[in-house]
Amino acid sequence: MDSNLRREIILDNYQNPTNRGLVNDDSYLKVNTNSESCIDNLDFMMKIEDNKVKDICFDGEACAISTSASSILIRSLIGKSVDEVRNILENYKKMINEEDYDKDLLGELNVYDTLQPNRKNCALLPSVAIDKMLGSVRDGRKN
Amino acid sequence: MNREDFPMLNQDIVYFDNGATTLKPKVVIEKMMEYYQEYTSNIHRGDYDAAIKTNEAYDGVRKIVAHFVNCKPEEVIFTSGTTMSINTVVFSYMRKHLHKGDEVILSKAEHASNVLPWLKLSEELGVVIKYAPLDSNMELKVESIEKTITEKTKVISIAHVSNVIGDVRDIKAIGKLCSEKGIIFNVDGAQSVPHMKVDFKDSNIDFLSFSAHKMCGPTGVGVLVAKEELMDEMTPLCFGGGMNQTFEVDGSYELKTGPSKFEAGTPPIAEVIGMGEAIKYLEKIGMENIHKNEVELKKFLVSELEKIPNIILYNTNSNSGILAFNIDGVFAQDSSVYLNSYNIYVRAGNHCAKILKDEMKIKNTVRVSLYLYNNKEDVLKLIEVLKRSADIFKVVI
Ligand SMILES: Cc1ncc(COP(=O)(O)O)c(C=O)c1O
Repeated sequence: MDSNLRREIILDNYQNPTNRGLVNDDSYLKVNTNSESCIDNLDFMMKIEDNKVKDICFDGEACAISTSASSILIRSLIGKSVDEVRNILENYKKMINEEDYDKDLLGELNVYDTLQPNRKNCALLPSVAIDKMLGSVRDGRKN
Repeated sequence: MNREDFPMLNQDIVYFDNGATTLKPKVVIEKMMEYYQEYTSNIHRGDYDAAIKTNEAYDGVRKIVAHFVNCKPEEVIFTSGTTMSINTVVFSYMRKHLHKGDEVILSKAEHASNVLPWLKLSEELGVVIKYAPLDSNMELKVESIEKTITEKTKVISIAHVSNVIGDVRDIKAIGKLCSEKGIIFNVDGAQSVPHMKVDFKDSNIDFLSFSAHKMCGPTGVGVLVAKEELMDEMTPLCFGGGMNQTFEVDGSYELKTGPSKFEAGTPPIAEVIGMGEAIKYLEKIGMENIHKNEVELKKFLVSELEKIPNIILYNTNSNSGILAFNIDGVFAQDSSVYLNSYNIYVRAGNHCAKILKDEMKIKNTVRVSLYLYNNKEDVLKLIEVLKRSADIFKVVI
């Protein structure tokens, strides 16, 4: 991808992120990611209904990479079934970790396909958070 | 000063992360290599030449430390660093001497290592932790401590220099208060001992902790200076070789007295020897010179940064080489990634002082922390890069 375009997409999502701001609704799952390796600190909320992701939102303090990645990832996941979401997250992680992945599946998320090593955790932060919430669905827990 | 002594500076870097750890001069590295190459042996056990030399070198460092901070050699315990030193104070001494309802005074600008051990002790014993309020500059003044003291206050435990704000607390006055009121005075010297003259005896300190790696020495070693009469009442956290006199099958045992009681097992011998060399190196330059140079350089840094409109400064007044700032509208980590791309090494974060965020209303900052080898050219390089920071996202994304 052209590096100017890449930068524009990331910056736009950093400055005007999708669904920034949490909701006051108990039917949402909630998780905080306070990364050990960096100083990002974000809260995520997700609503699942009929095995579909109805909504995800987030808030907190974080760098340009993790904020923008949260924004783009959220847009890519809303409306998808839980299985589709798992598949996207898995491919997203593979891309960040420089393994083989399904490029077509990730769409806009491909902007993160060439990150410096020290930014990988930033990009992975939202996927870890959403994974955690999905894990709690599987375990039958709510939080 | 002395830039040529530091091999790391042969690379084209500006090293501004001295609060985290400092660069090592060649003399320290060579002194440690000499032990490894010429007289490797364990301490306390051998009768052969190398072992005798090792013993002398290792124990000799107690004298070097004693001269450096004005205490007795018998008061110098080698630890793995400040964290271990403070934990030793809390769990070797305080655990035995404090009771439910006793009060410990800290501040909200303390490093994790001077908060968490106390939280643990409070959980165990019901000891009450009180935070002496910071003033509007986030600094901790004697008056604030004085107001927080009650009849129940048993300990005051504070950093001499805070690692985020860099304010130099008046430990002499606080030490005087403590000795008048029979309060134990525990000083975290991690950010002061490397940068200025600290006087254990004159400041009426009971326990003083610091790390070698923050003062031109190796990682993995540090010091706990413990007042002799208090040391006798401390129970070691670690038991094993080198710290006992005798032990028998009937379960009886007798421990050594003095610092070796707290140094069970083979200690970091090369590192202790390296620490001694680092102290000698600093003393040769002179602690007054080191402090003066840092404070002057910080003033220069502040005056240059104040000329850049989109820089927010947090602690321009503190009398040390620590400065926290942000680029307006930019997350601290993005700023440090940006500076790294110009080989300028700073730290972004809350600097392990997590409860300070309640007071500062800002969680994360970029921190510049200076040391003796930093100079005006370093500062000007930072300034030049920050002036151009309008294009920061072109660089970091
Ligand atoms: C004020 C203060 N106290 C304690 C420590 C802990 O030192 P160490 O990690 O060497 O144990 C630090 C180090 O960052 C510090 O700045």
